[in-house]
Amino acid sequence: MRNLKMKKEFKVIADLLPNNTRVLDVGCGDGSLMDLLYKKKNIEVRGLELDQINVQQCIHKGLPVIQGNAETELHQFPNQSFDYVVLSQTLQAFYNPEKVLRELLRIGKSVIISIPNFGYWKVRTKLLFFGKMPVTKTLPNTWYNTPNLHMCTIKDLFSFCDEKKIKIQKVIGVNEDKTSLIKRNNLEIKNLFSKLGIFLIG
Amino acid sequence: MNRKLENIKKIKVEKPLKLDCGKTINNFPLAYETYGKLNKNKDNAILVFHALTGDQFVSGTNPITNKEGWWVTAVGPGKALDTNKYFVICANVIGGCMGSLGPKDINPETKQPYGLEFPVITIRDMVRAQESLLDHLGIKKLLCATGGSMGGMQLLQFCSTFPNRCFSAIPIACSSSHSAQNIALNELARQAIMADPVWDKGKYFLKDVQPKNGLAVARMVGHISYLSEKGMQEKFGRKLQEKADYEFSFNADFQVESYLRHQGFAFVERFDANSVLYITRAMDYFDLSKQFKGGLVEAFKGQKTKFLIISFSSDWLYTTKENKDIVIALNASGADVSYSEIFTDKGHDSFLLQVPDFLKTLKSFVDSMYEKFKNEKRI
Repeated sequence: MRNLKMKKEFKVIADLLPNNTRVLDVGCGDGSLMDLLYKKKNIEVRGLELDQINVQQCIHKGLPVIQGNAETELHQFPNQSFDYVVLSQTLQAFYNPEKVLRELLRIGKSVIISIPNFGYWKVRTKLLFFGKMPVTKTLPNTWYNTPNLHMCTIKDLFSFCDEKKIKIQKVIGVNEDKTSLIKRNNLEIKNLFSKLGIFLIG
Repeated sequence: MNRKLENIKKIKVEKPLKLDCGKTINNFPLAYETYGKLNKNKDNAILVFHALTGDQFVSGTNPITNKEGWWVTAVGPGKALDTNKYFVICANVIGGCMGSLGPKDINPETKQPYGLEFPVITIRDMVRAQESLLDHLGIKKLLCATGGSMGGMQLLQFCSTFPNRCFSAIPIACSSSHSAQNIALNELARQAIMADPVWDKGKYFLKDVQPKNGLAVARMVGHISYLSEKGMQEKFGRKLQEKADYEFSFNADFQVESYLRHQGFAFVERFDANSVLYITRAMDYFDLSKQFKGGLVEAFKGQKTKFLIISFSSDWLYTTKENKDIVIALNASGADVSYSEIFTDKGHDSFLLQVPDFLKTLKSFVDSMYEKFKNEKRI
């Protein structure tokens, strides 16, 4: 899934992170983001990744990575042991996203989460006009083989954070190469036109 | 065999070594072997710690047994630990029988072989003895240290006792404290040796014999534990050994029996029974957290060494869970740690065999660490 992601997303995440911090990348894939953060921002990176081939790629690049499942193995990281924890486009794939999110907030002083936005207008129109589960560039799988169990919109995640009293520091919407700041007063329109939402919370 | 042993590389460790049991040894031999060349900057040295029945002959041909070195799959020209590029060092552990001080050596006090007079040694004693070798070779900081099984245990101890003596470390299929199951299996091996009447309370050397039957059974126990249930089933199943049907006897009808007998009796040719007692005891006593009042995290405090822990999915001797516990402790101490679980049916033995995913991971890590180490030294 991660290799289909927009490169723009990594740039936005990198810009959100201060230099010389400690960052855990949960579901770090082949280490592309970690590599960027280490080389460009001198960030002390760590990765958690399930797939053995991806783990090998990270090790090949000299990036520290732990093979494991984020759903069940986040307990190994001590409280507040990282400045930031990054979770890129994976929240919707967990059995229990709320539990994972709680763990991320326990481990990191702040958390960056990106989600494919189910409220994006193309997604909405596909369901509305064709009556079928949407298949798009950011959501390339069909209903029967998608890893996404809990699809949500940018607005959903906003409400979720409010409900659970999780502090939202910043939200950025991404559409192709364009990014924009999402606030409460432009939430409706941004929820319609962003393919991806990137949340800085905690 | 003894004449051959005189020709192997040895240093004499003059500095007294106070053992964990309270006794002190000094002026003792430590046998070792090296492969490849140490470069001018002395930044390409890799120390390998051997397992229970291993020795210093990691690669090439073992000059004592004339068989292949025990880790030829991983060490040699063009291999994962490429001896065209790296300088690979391995020492025989004290308590062993390949030239380092062990129970078959002469006790200067009695002028007879030690036998059970040999002091009980620990994993920490083993690595303290080996530090002298690095001093002898003039290596201040190793590029990497690695080892599987007991070798991995020595490595964890080495990193804890001599912090930052290695730039990177790869403990493979090991544990930070020996489990009840592993102590039990070691006890089985020891009891097999001690139940052999030839053993004679460890004094068999007086008659110039070996408790071969007991030692062979001890090795068979080991061999079963190194394989996985699935691997064993696939390799042997119920296949018969060069016969069409059961013999209705207690000869080795099954291939698996024949394999165990062969492994058992090949082992007695190259290993000393008392050494097995001493080394297995050292493994059983190994509990790194005990040295830090129960806190394994403390054992790794302030480590700058970059760790890669590797476990094998079908290893029931040193399980993935035990290896992950090391990762958790390293994480909690803030160390730089990577971890990979290699999926294979080959059990604990995987680290010695052609397991491509494992060898690839090993190579990737060492090569990337070499680049980092060179850069760090340049700065």
